[in-house]
Amino acid sequence: MAGAGGGGNDVQWCFSQVKGAIDDDVAEADIISTVEFNHSGELLATGDKGGRVVIFQQETENKSQSQFRSEYNVYSTFQSHEPEFDYLKSLEIEEKINKIRWLPQKNAAQFLLSTNDKTIKLWKISERDKRPEGYNLKEEDGRYRDAATITTLRVPVFRPMDLMVEASPRRVFANAHTYHINSISVNSDNETYLSADDLRINLWHLEITDRSFNIVDIKPANMEELTEVITAAEFHPHQCNTFVYSSSKGTIRLCDMRASALCDKHSKLFEEPEDPSNRSFFSEIISSISDVKFSHNGRYMMTRDYLSVKIWDLNMENRPVETYQVHEYLRSKLCSLYENDCIFDKFECCWNGNDSVVMTGSYNNFFRMLDRSQRRDVTLEASRESCKPRQVLKPRRVCAGGKRKKDEISVDSLDFNKKILHTAWHPQENIIAVATTNNLYIFQEKVN
Amino acid sequence: MFSKGTKRKFSDGDEEISAESLVGARVASSYSLQRQSLLDMSLIKLQLCHMLVEPNLCRSVLIANTVRQIQEEMTHDGSWHMVTEAFCNPGQSPSERLVATEVLCRSREQDAEPKLFSVISYEGCREEEVVADETLCSVSVSDTVSDVCLAGRMGQCWEKSELSGVERDEEALEDSSLGSGEDEEIDTEDEASTKSPKTTGQVFGTFEIKNGSPGPDSALEELFSDVDTSYYDLDTMLTGMQSAPKMGPYDLLDSLAPSHSSPTIVSTPKCRSDLNELDHIMEIIVGS
Repeated sequence: MAGAGGGGNDVQWCFSQVKGAIDDDVAEADIISTVEFNHSGELLATGDKGGRVVIFQQETENKSQSQFRSEYNVYSTFQSHEPEFDYLKSLEIEEKINKIRWLPQKNAAQFLLSTNDKTIKLWKISERDKRPEGYNLKEEDGRYRDAATITTLRVPVFRPMDLMVEASPRRVFANAHTYHINSISVNSDNETYLSADDLRINLWHLEITDRSFNIVDIKPANMEELTEVITAAEFHPHQCNTFVYSSSKGTIRLCDMRASALCDKHSKLFEEPEDPSNRSFFSEIISSISDVKFSHNGRYMMTRDYLSVKIWDLNMENRPVETYQVHEYLRSKLCSLYENDCIFDKFECCWNGNDSVVMTGSYNNFFRMLDRSQRRDVTLEASRESCKPRQVLKPRRVCAGGKRKKDEISVDSLDFNKKILHTAWHPQENIIAVATTNNLYIFQEKVN
Repeated sequence: MFSKGTKRKFSDGDEEISAESLVGARVASSYSLQRQSLLDMSLIKLQLCHMLVEPNLCRSVLIANTVRQIQEEMTHDGSWHMVTEAFCNPGQSPSERLVATEVLCRSREQDAEPKLFSVISYEGCREEEVVADETLCSVSVSDTVSDVCLAGRMGQCWEKSELSGVERDEEALEDSSLGSGEDEEIDTEDEASTKSPKTTGQVFGTFEIKNGSPGPDSALEELFSDVDTSYYDLDTMLTGMQSAPKMGPYDLLDSLAPSHSSPTIVSTPKCRSDLNELDHIMEIIVGS
C-alpha cells in the first residue's frame, strides 16, 4: 500500500483528484508549467504561466485507517513572479514559472525556490494559527488608544485562530542570467544551489543575493558559432561537488566543482553514438535532451529526449544502460511535428521513490510508466472521462499503422495540443501528479 | 520521411517502363523537393523567431543547425551552387556561403540576448549565403519592415515607417536623413564584419528603390537631425519588436513625450511643436 513504490505494472493506478477548471476554455495564465512534490511528499507545488504558485497539502487525518485516501487540498496560493519589462532590450520578461524546487525542511516553515526566465526567488511558507490578543496600547482593530485612557498594564496573550498560511519572499536572486533560466537545483549541502540558462550555469548561496559564481559558460566568443545550448542541469543528490548538465546535441556532462572554479571542462561526457540507420535531418533535434534527473540513490541518471527515455550508469559514459521508447510511432511523423513545432516540446521525466519505475508524458494526455525491474511499460491517460473516484486507469494503446484493433487509437487521431510535459512522483508512496494543459491530476495506487 | 538514403516505395506500377533509372530519378527529385521544402520551412521559422516576444534560443539553434545541415548536403550535391548563383558574388566559394557564419546574429551589446536573425534579413541578404530563393528574400524585406515598423519604436524604425507611408501615398514625406542613417548603418555593419561591402549596397539599394528616392521635408528633417540612428541598428529594428503588437500607432506619439527613451528627441524643443505634424503623418500611415 504505502510502500516505497512497487513495480509499475503490479500497481494499478486509480484516479484520485483533479484540480483546475473543468471547461475546455483554457486561460493562458492557468497553464501549468511546473509540478513538484516536497521531500516528504506532504506538499505538492504547481507553478503556472501567470506566475502563480499553488501549494496543495496532503491531509493526514485518515492515515491510520486501512483504506486511506489521502487527498491533496489547497494549502497556499501566491503570486510568485510578475511580468517585467526589460527597457534596455525592449523585451518583456515572462512571469511564467519555469521551475520550483523545495528545500529540505529545517524548521516549522517550508522553503521553496521558484524561477521564471530571469529571476529566482526564495519563498518562505509558514503557518500561523495563533494571534496575540489584549494589547495594552492598541484596540483590537489596531488603532492606538488614547494615552490618557490607559490606566492599567496588561500583557497580550496568544489565542488560537483559524489557520493562516503565509508566503513571503525571503530572497530575490536577480540579474545573473542573460539567457532564459531552464533549471534550478538545490545542492545536498543545503546551502547552495545552481541555476542554468541556455549558455551559463551559476552557483548561488541561499543567503547571498548580490553575488553568484559562474561555473559553466559555453557561450562562444563569436555568437555566430553557437550550435549547442544547455537544456537542463542538476546537482547530484549526495555528492555536493558533482552536477550534470545536458545539451541540445544529446550529450550530458558531469562536472566536479573541486577540479576547478570554472567547470567548462567536464569530468565525464555521456553520449550515445548515433544510429546511422535512423539518421535524418531531424536526428539532432530529436536527440536534444529536454530533462535530466538523478536517481534517488545517486547511481544513475535519466535523460529524456523527444522519442525516448535513457537510463545512464554514472560509471559508463559511452552508452546508456537502458533505453525506453516513449512514442516511437511518432518517428514517421517527424516532418509534421517539425512543421507544427511539436518537435520542440520539452517533456520532463521522474523516478519513483525506490528508482524502480520511471514516468514521462506524451501527447493526447497520455503518460508512460516504464518499469525498469520488470522491463514492462504501460500507457495511461489523464482524461475527464476516467474521473470517477477510485476508477482504475485502463492501459491505452496506440496503433502505428495498418489495422486498428478495438480500443486502440491511431496515430493520426492523437491530439497534439494535449501534451503532458510535467509529471511528479511522491518520494515515498505511489502517488503521482500529472499536469495536462491546465489541470492537475492526482493518481494513486489502487488499495484493495 | 527525410531519412537520407532510404528509397521510398514507388507505388505507381504502370510507369515502370525504364524501371530502375526512372524510379531512381523520381526518388531523387522527390527527395530534393522535400529537402527544399524543409529548407524553406526552416527559414520561415527562423524569420518568425525574432518576431516573437521571447525568441527561444534552443529552438533557434536547433533550426539553424538543421538549415546548416541541409545546406551542407546541398552544397555537397552541387544543388546549392545552382540556387545561390543568381544572387551570389561568383567569386565566393561554396564553403564561404554556408549558414554557419551568419545565421546566428551577433549580440547587440556585450551580453545582450542574441536574437536569432532571420537568414533572410538584411544580414542574410548581405551575405548572400542563405537565401533559398529570391521570393522569400523580397517578401521578408517589404513585409517585415512595414508590419514591424508601424507599431515599433522611434528612431530608425520610425524613419522607415515614414518610408512605408511614402510608398503608399507618394507624398513628399520621405526622410532624407534615412539615407544618411543607412550609410551609417552600412559603415557600422562593415566595421563589425569582414565581408564584402558591395553586397550590402545591393540590398540597401534594393530597399531604397522600393521606397522611391527620398526628398527633403524640412520639418521632419529638423526633427530627426538630432537622432542618433546608430543606436537603432538593424538588430534593434528587426528583433526588438517584442512590444510591437501591444503598441498602437498613437502610443508611439505618447512615447515621444518625456517618459520615453531617446533623450535626443525629447531635448529638442522643436519636436514638441512638430508633434501635430507627426500626428497627421501617423494618421495617413495608419489610414484612420
